[in-house]
Amino acid sequence: MRVADVRARLERLGTGVTFHVLRLGFASRFLGHLVLHSGTALRRFRLTTAEIYFAGVLSLIIILVSGLFVGMVLALQGYDTLQRFGASESLGVLVALSLVRELGPVVAGLLFASRAGSAITAEIGLMKATEQLSAMEMMAVDPIARVVAPRFWGGVLSMPLLAALFSAMGIFGGYLVGVQLIGVDAGAFWSQMQAAVDVRNDILNGVIKSAVFGVAVTWIAVFEGYDAPPTAEGVSRATTRTVVTSSLAILALDFVLTALMFTGGTHQ
Amino acid sequence: MNRSSIDLWVGVFVVAGIAGLLFLALKVGNLATFSNSQVYQVQAKFANIGGLKARAPVKSAGVVVGRVADIRFDNESYEAIVSINIDYNYQFPRDTTAKILTSGILGEQYLGLEAGGDGVMLKNGDRLRLTQSAVVLENLISQFLFSKAAEGKPEAKESGK
Repeated sequence: MRVADVRARLERLGTGVTFHVLRLGFASRFLGHLVLHSGTALRRFRLTTAEIYFAGVLSLIIILVSGLFVGMVLALQGYDTLQRFGASESLGVLVALSLVRELGPVVAGLLFASRAGSAITAEIGLMKATEQLSAMEMMAVDPIARVVAPRFWGGVLSMPLLAALFSAMGIFGGYLVGVQLIGVDAGAFWSQMQAAVDVRNDILNGVIKSAVFGVAVTWIAVFEGYDAPPTAEGVSRATTRTVVTSSLAILALDFVLTALMFTGGTHQ
Repeated sequence: MNRSSIDLWVGVFVVAGIAGLLFLALKVGNLATFSNSQVYQVQAKFANIGGLKARAPVKSAGVVVGRVADIRFDNESYEAIVSINIDYNYQFPRDTTAKILTSGILGEQYLGLEAGGDGVMLKNGDRLRLTQSAVVLENLISQFLFSKAAEGKPEAKESGK
């Protein structure tokens, strides 16, 4: 390999790293600006309500159906394993803890990223491509306050509710399969679940997780849309990047949050 | 879609989400148990608590009557001090025995109360005098081995004669 070749590669690597660090810095500045200028979104709450409708209400069906099936599969698989140890009464604990702690926030977050996050990116990206954002600036309307902030807060407020509904539906699905179909004792199913699931350690931490995921996903979605090159290809790439980046962010954040919340401390 | 129907659907969504949270907190979690009822606290000293944890159930005759509130280490007596919250509906005599028991072979440990015969009932802040520590498997095995060894000696002498 020639020296010039190596040099070209190193230069490309350096440019790539600088580009991503620069983008991260811009994204952080963007988030700060967004939070500082979200007064309009909160004062004219109708704007945010409409976005909660698009991000939250329209995601309900996929969240509820997926939650139901995830709970049903958990019950089937869990029963198969637990009955080998003669512990099939613990099915309720298994279903509830795995949903409330992990699957609820994570799977609801992944679905939310692909269902609502991609839509937010495409919408803002197209607004930019068709120069609607520039037109707003010409009229002395801050597009971040008027367009981006309501979408951000709509997503942030929807996500914990969606995750809670996902977990509740999943536990109901687990109940349907475990108790109604397989025939685990209903009393043991609920009472062991109630004895094992702690409101602060498990449910509140699950809600905190889903709120963190909501901020991460909507932040990535609105930023990718705002930063998208104003072409058809640019918007399509930005939409793909939103789904990929926010899915990776959810999984990485989930590891960090789980390590903070559920190891040490809680077990005396 | 007009604005009022958007508002309606968002309202339905928020109500459903909060209902889901309440379902998780009340039906799945144990917020409702012993949170609205009055409790009184008593303490007990144990030489060894084994695997007992805070929030472990306190049972009498198999019925859950309270929860372990707190476990501390006493620097003077080198023993564990366990604080127990008992529901006011359940009154126990002052000479009640507290034992650390295990549910099943692999189950978790809980605190069992065995009522005594005293006429005076326990009050908030009292201390249980009679306690029985957790069974430590290693001690049990060494006791068993020592007793086996003690049994084996005379036999060995007899067979040696």
